Amino acid sequence: MTSIELAGYDVVYRRPEALVNTTTHYCPGCTHGLIHRLIAEVIDELGIGDRSILVAPVGCAVFAYNYFNVDGCEAPHGRAPAMATGLKRSQPDKIVFTYQGDGDLAAIGTNEIIHAAGRGENLTVIFVNNATYGMTGGQMAPTTLSGQVTTSSPYGRDVELVGAPMRVSELISTIPGATYVVRRSVHNVANINKTKAAIKTAFQVQMQGLGLSLVEVLSTCPTNWHMTPANALQWIEDAMIPVFPLGDYRIADAVVPLTKRTRGGQ
Amino acid sequence: MAKELWKGNEAIAEAALRAGVEAYFGYPITPQTELLEYMAREMPKYPGRVFLQAESELAAVNMVYGAACGGVRTMSSSSSPGISLMSEGLSYIAGTELPAVLVDIMRGGPGLGNIQPSQSDYFQMTKSLGHGDYHALVLAPSTVQEAVDLTYESFELAEKYRTVVVILADGAIGQMMEPVELPPWRETLTEAQRPDWALRGAKGRPHRTLTSLNLTPEGLEQTNLRLQARLATVQRNEVRWEEEMTEDAELLLVAFGTMGRICKTALRAARRKGQKVGLLRPISLWPFPEQRLYELAGKTQHILVVEMNAGQMLLDVQAAVQGRAPIDFYGRMGGMIPLPDEINEQIDRLMAPPISQPELNQSGNGYHRHAAAAAVASRA
Repeated sequence: MTSIELAGYDVVYRRPEALVNTTTHYCPGCTHGLIHRLIAEVIDELGIGDRSILVAPVGCAVFAYNYFNVDGCEAPHGRAPAMATGLKRSQPDKIVFTYQGDGDLAAIGTNEIIHAAGRGENLTVIFVNNATYGMTGGQMAPTTLSGQVTTSSPYGRDVELVGAPMRVSELISTIPGATYVVRRSVHNVANINKTKAAIKTAFQVQMQGLGLSLVEVLSTCPTNWHMTPANALQWIEDAMIPVFPLGDYRIADAVVPLTKRTRGGQ
Repeated sequence: MAKELWKGNEAIAEAALRAGVEAYFGYPITPQTELLEYMAREMPKYPGRVFLQAESELAAVNMVYGAACGGVRTMSSSSSPGISLMSEGLSYIAGTELPAVLVDIMRGGPGLGNIQPSQSDYFQMTKSLGHGDYHALVLAPSTVQEAVDLTYESFELAEKYRTVVVILADGAIGQMMEPVELPPWRETLTEAQRPDWALRGAKGRPHRTLTSLNLTPEGLEQTNLRLQARLATVQRNEVRWEEEMTEDAELLLVAFGTMGRICKTALRAARRKGQKVGLLRPISLWPFPEQRLYELAGKTQHILVVEMNAGQMLLDVQAAVQGRAPIDFYGRMGGMIPLPDEINEQIDRLMAPPISQPELNQSGNGYHRHAAAAAVASRA
């Protein structure tokens, strides 16, 4: 990739250093790429790219290690918080973060995330909730909405049969070791900015050794939702947010100053 | 250094500490729990080393996986049911070509089974430690001293071959106390000594990736070929066994671990009676000492395999012997341990002039198999 410096122009947009200059495998309209960019911007702003380690999940983001200019590995399905624990405990000077989807974190990996939070591991967890299993072709996830049609709930999710959608941020916020737990969305610019601020705080929580930070991000899956990208963004607002309300679910006292600083800095 | 009396599980833990283990992750399960407890007590005394009790064996093995990604000397320990839970993670560690050490203090199975000594994880450890084509290097001690020595060596073996090394012992070795001479302390790795693939933060170098994922068949085939080439090197370099009185043996005992040492007692009793009995005790179960067994099979009249299982190593013995000698099997299961007298009874039976075999098959409380009968018959 050639980089061109244009004299006399202000640079208003630049690829973050922490983002690899490549195309991704994500579907058109999917917001994974956008969330990757927010993380990369935060890593650049905090200057932690040379000491960060990513633990990628099994799911659509399985190749996330190909897109970040940081050391990365790939965990068995759901086990990213355990693997990250092994990395962080043996290299406490590193910034270790997991990037997990709703199947990975909220189904097969509930044990690992709950106990990582329980131990107050100094990890940052980016939890991407798109209410479906994207990679395997749109099956019902723990976060699939009531009545939502998926390939494994072809008549719509029947909460009488399989229970109500799992609210991860609410659940994790009850665990003392999780000191920063918030839910954000990337369905419009205002919320994208809020998501970035939350991701930044989440990394700062780890840098200060304050415990586990988790940012749940409501994300689109136009392919498996069978929607246009624009309609998918609208669906987050209309259908997902009422079930998964945006907000701060736990901000421990020690973390409060960080949230103020981040807001002020934005 | 003078010998000290050590319990097996604690001696293994101490050997690992002296070998420079930096991160231990585990979960309580009888009969290995003293190993975890020893680490919990001792690890915090050494700055920079990590002890963490995981929420499950599933988490423990993935913590090992994470630490191993950083080029850190790391290990876990468990017992049979816990090892089953670890299978997924062990396969990922193998697929990512990382070093790690795992101690299995076997107990009776299947299922929850019991907490008595058993050797019924032989298949699991040597044949199917997880999905995909790979093997761990499996070392089976028969004394606490040997468990110490093999554990001490296991980390360098794991690093040399970028593989999982398993110390396969059983509840007897884990729980018994024996005099042990401990090895000297080794320094833990410095930053400069970390391997060139380790994830340590991409400072002044391109970022690194460790993954077992490769979606292209051509690419994954290359990974597998690389793995197999490395395993072939292990097979060439790391075959270990012990022999006793094999020179003139008319009957060759083949047994590993605890069963190997019990067979030594039976061997001595047989020799006192004038029976020419020898012993081959495989120490490395994978790679199996098949070449040496093949040679010995050509010189002996009969082979008796004794195991605390239904005949698992027996299959490797059959494959190695290739019909050169008849093979009998005697084993006990469920935590029962064949005693020397039982083994001597089998030796007496096999070394006596041939009479009606089916009747004698019923002798003893153990489980009999005439494993190589068909092969021998077809050869004749």
